[in-house]
Amino acid sequence: MDITRFKSKRSYLTGIITLVILVGLVTLPFYGSLYNAILVTTILMYAILTVSWVLFSGLTGYMSLATAAFFGIGIYASALFLPTTGAVLPILVVVLIGGLASGVIALGVGALTLRLRGIYFAIFTFGLVVLIMELLNWWELSVNKILGRYVMLVDNDYIFYTMLVIFVLVILTTFFIQRSKFGLALRSIGENEEAASHIGINVTMVKVITFAISAFFMGATGAIWATKLTYINPHVAFSVLFSFLPVLMAIFGGMRNIYGPVIGAVIFAYLQETLQTRFSEIYMLSFGVVLVVAIIYMPDGITGLVQKTWRRISGGKRART
Amino acid sequence: MPESIISILDIAIGGLLLGGIYALIAMGLSLQYGVARVLNIAHGEFIMIGAFSTLSLYTVVGINPLVCLAIVGPVTFIIGFLLQRTLFTRLRVTTPNPGAFEASSLLATFGLMFIIQNFALLGWGADFRAYSYLNFGVNIGGAIFSANKLVILGFSIAIGVGFYMFLIRTRIGKGIRAAAQDPSTASLMGVNINRVLALCFGFGAAMAGLAGVLYSMRIPLNPAMGLQFTVIAIIIIVLGGLGSIPGAFIGGLILGIIGELVTSIDPSLSLAAYYFIFMLLLLVRPKGIFGK
Repeated sequence: MDITRFKSKRSYLTGIITLVILVGLVTLPFYGSLYNAILVTTILMYAILTVSWVLFSGLTGYMSLATAAFFGIGIYASALFLPTTGAVLPILVVVLIGGLASGVIALGVGALTLRLRGIYFAIFTFGLVVLIMELLNWWELSVNKILGRYVMLVDNDYIFYTMLVIFVLVILTTFFIQRSKFGLALRSIGENEEAASHIGINVTMVKVITFAISAFFMGATGAIWATKLTYINPHVAFSVLFSFLPVLMAIFGGMRNIYGPVIGAVIFAYLQETLQTRFSEIYMLSFGVVLVVAIIYMPDGITGLVQKTWRRISGGKRART
Repeated sequence: MPESIISILDIAIGGLLLGGIYALIAMGLSLQYGVARVLNIAHGEFIMIGAFSTLSLYTVVGINPLVCLAIVGPVTFIIGFLLQRTLFTRLRVTTPNPGAFEASSLLATFGLMFIIQNFALLGWGADFRAYSYLNFGVNIGGAIFSANKLVILGFSIAIGVGFYMFLIRTRIGKGIRAAAQDPSTASLMGVNINRVLALCFGFGAAMAGLAGVLYSMRIPLNPAMGLQFTVIAIIIIVLGGLGSIPGAFIGGLILGIIGELVTSIDPSLSLAAYYFIFMLLLLVRPKGIFGK
């Protein structure tokens, strides 16, 4: 009885904290400075990429490096439909198009490649990013005779709220998927794919659908992110960094629960925004060091580390709950 | 000779000259991935380090680039050996299964890539730099190739064949081949597995370093040049079959010829062509051409 009371108390607390953070974020443009709003927009962008990466790769164990591809497709959707000469379609529709285009491509890529095991899948998805980048670069240079494209200016608050809505949606989606039968199927694929298919899970379908859902959020984020970039070219839109950063953030934050990736993304995006402009080389250098150290010493990420330390401090009394 | 035959010959020889260096790079990665199971994203950074060291040694100290082979080779070998002994051995022991080890070691090498690349940026700056060595034409069958390219091919083949002989003729080579087939059984048969894996990683790094020394003779250098070589090496080892040393060598030559062919049509498409072939191969025959 004690345990149940403790549990409900804790979920009550989590609910309140979530609500406070959400209210704080929604009202941010009213009290925060413009710089803060832009900073939080960047943090939200990384958080969305990381959470949607974990949604597929964290649960199934297939390491996807295609994040940059889906993100870039979203960015180019904006470049096509929101040029500086005036919006062809409403911004929210373009965001939806960016998401859907990425999702559809993910369906195709997933159906083709998700039978590749382990490292092959990682290599293939990495190759996909660079292939799209090279082809697009060639197409823009030799057919359209341009280096890059301009995207129209959009109000900062508008970008911020769109990003926030996508963030809330991706959190809710992850939350409900993890709690559903579908999430259990995903988890069992991650633990043992053959066993999962033997107990009647359509492993290919579950994997492909999840891959497409995660790609949808990446594409939608890319589409709204493009309006903040204003100038884009294939090398900016399909930078492989966007494939690796979410992985790093997820590992750093820990993938055991939903807030781990968010915490990892918040810490890293903040560091990046504050350090990168002034000490670019030092930032990238420390990025590498942190990545190596995190992989060796914190296999469960910073949340795992905190939980372990907490358990040690509280004398292991709560270890079984 | 008719025009078309000359141009085919041009492409074939040019492809071999490019492929020799590719083969060397891929053999290094093949050792690291095929035996030590580390898909080393930082492989190209060792090439970059080798190339920049040669540039500095030649232009500042005045040491002949071919002598640099004897300096850079051992140094990169020691770096690779120590990396495997410390970082990757620890990862191998702490990760629960081989799949998890491959994923986390891949990410660790990605971190390494950033560390090496940004140290190079701090030390050598972001500009493209080049030097000129053995840069005169040699006539082969009516086509003219620069002498340094021929020297590069000669050394690549010598290093490749030499290493292959080492693998099949010596006791350590036998240990490496055994470890490539089955690490745990090999260690039961008395192969010191930690030492063999460290040797493999060291040899892989040394080959990248040597390739860097050779390649610095023919291209302008930049600290960001590494990743494209890593990618090319990954494509080749998949093409030749993961872990197969002769496969990596022949795959390198094939990719060189393909690269030269596409370059003769449209130079900006060569990387895209590599990827296209690569992804097609992954879908149709993921074991590679020479894979078992």
